[in-house]
Amino acid sequence: MEKKVKRTLRILGMAILLVVGFDQATNLVRSANAAPVLNPSTANEMAAEVKIDNFNFSPATLEIKAGTTVTWTNADDIPHTVVSNDKFFKSKPLDTDQKFSFTFEKAGTYPYFCSLHPKMTAKVVVQ
Amino acid sequence: MKKEDEIKFDHNEDGIDRRGFLKCMAWAGTGTLCVMKGGVLNSYSLSALSKLDSKATMGELSFVQISDSHMGFNKPANPDVIGTLRAAIDKINALPGNPEFLLHTGDITHLSKPEEFDNVQQILKDAKVKEAFYVPGEHDVAADEGKEYLERYGKETKGAGWHSFDKKGVHFIGLVNVVDLKAGGLGTLGHEQLEWLEDDLKGKKSSTPIVVFAHIPLWSVYPQWGWGTEDSAQALSYLKRFGSVTVLNGHIHQTMQKVEGNVTFHTAASTAFPQPAPGTADSPGPMKVPAEQLRSVLGVTSVNFVRGQKALAVVDSNLS
Repeated sequence: MEKKVKRTLRILGMAILLVVGFDQATNLVRSANAAPVLNPSTANEMAAEVKIDNFNFSPATLEIKAGTTVTWTNADDIPHTVVSNDKFFKSKPLDTDQKFSFTFEKAGTYPYFCSLHPKMTAKVVVQ
Repeated sequence: MKKEDEIKFDHNEDGIDRRGFLKCMAWAGTGTLCVMKGGVLNSYSLSALSKLDSKATMGELSFVQISDSHMGFNKPANPDVIGTLRAAIDKINALPGNPEFLLHTGDITHLSKPEEFDNVQQILKDAKVKEAFYVPGEHDVAADEGKEYLERYGKETKGAGWHSFDKKGVHFIGLVNVVDLKAGGLGTLGHEQLEWLEDDLKGKKSSTPIVVFAHIPLWSVYPQWGWGTEDSAQALSYLKRFGSVTVLNGHIHQTMQKVEGNVTFHTAASTAFPQPAPGTADSPGPMKVPAEQLRSVLGVTSVNFVRGQKALAVVDSNLS
């Protein structure tokens, strides 16, 4: 009698473990699926890159939608800064491979330059 | 820019013609001593200095200029800027006769970090000079609008760090043209500093020799690369009445000279890394040279003033 109860409890326990385990596992599968399904579209629409190379911002004119985060990366072996002409956004000096990001919430044209080498100019156009 | 464009004819009838000056131009890797005597320019190779009459190289006042030490730079163009700055100090300490003081024409640091300023201060302690004077480069003010720089070097200065002082009858003016630069523009002195300069020169006799030092060249070396100063013409207009004006700059990491009327312009080599000659590369980024050649394109400048001579003798020597 006792043995039977123990066995039943053990089976029950295993069943619970299995159910919980399965549930957790599906959660994992769900979240793993969620990333590639949901994020790529937002990543493409809401992020943009500007490369700083050979004393140039590339592209010189970047067109984006409002809400996009722009990331500048300095590929030169000399520091550069990213400073909007009206000082609306301003990076610290970026050494080689350092990055600066800014999210543009409002439509408009944002001319900017490198305050170390002011001949380097470019703009972000937000629609 | 062609080399001949950098040389003007002898407007001042002071004996410096174009050919004479070309001979005297101290390009990187060479060293030349220029001395004015009775209105005639004499130039000597640095290698012949030891054979020279000491009177040719001595005067009432001698000082040294170093520039663009870029402490913190560690890229292939020079992974050891500490070593090359030390070599520059050794060079200064080996000069015949102790220079009165040292001028640093900016870009002391690479990223205006406190530890970079500390390193330079530590190394310059070994220089056998009584004093040192500074103006900032754009790298010294980029991170914090010049706060760190002014805390260290701004005590006796105005505004962003401009100042003047007198040594043995020569009036020295340190100008700042690296602050609040505008998009697409060049170096800028700004209205407030120009007013101060005009006021500073008031009451000075026209016979007073003037030495102006600033980071970015006060003459248009190569505007396409930003190598010039927007409002330098106004500054120079205040200096027109003076018989002897010498302008010492850094920023372009190579030696270059130009004479315009009463003004002799001179840029110093960097102690850290060379930059390409104007227009000879896609951009003015650090120029990589073979390691064994690096010290031949870095250097120190020594300046000698002899009363009665119109121009100061400016000597560039490399670190090799």
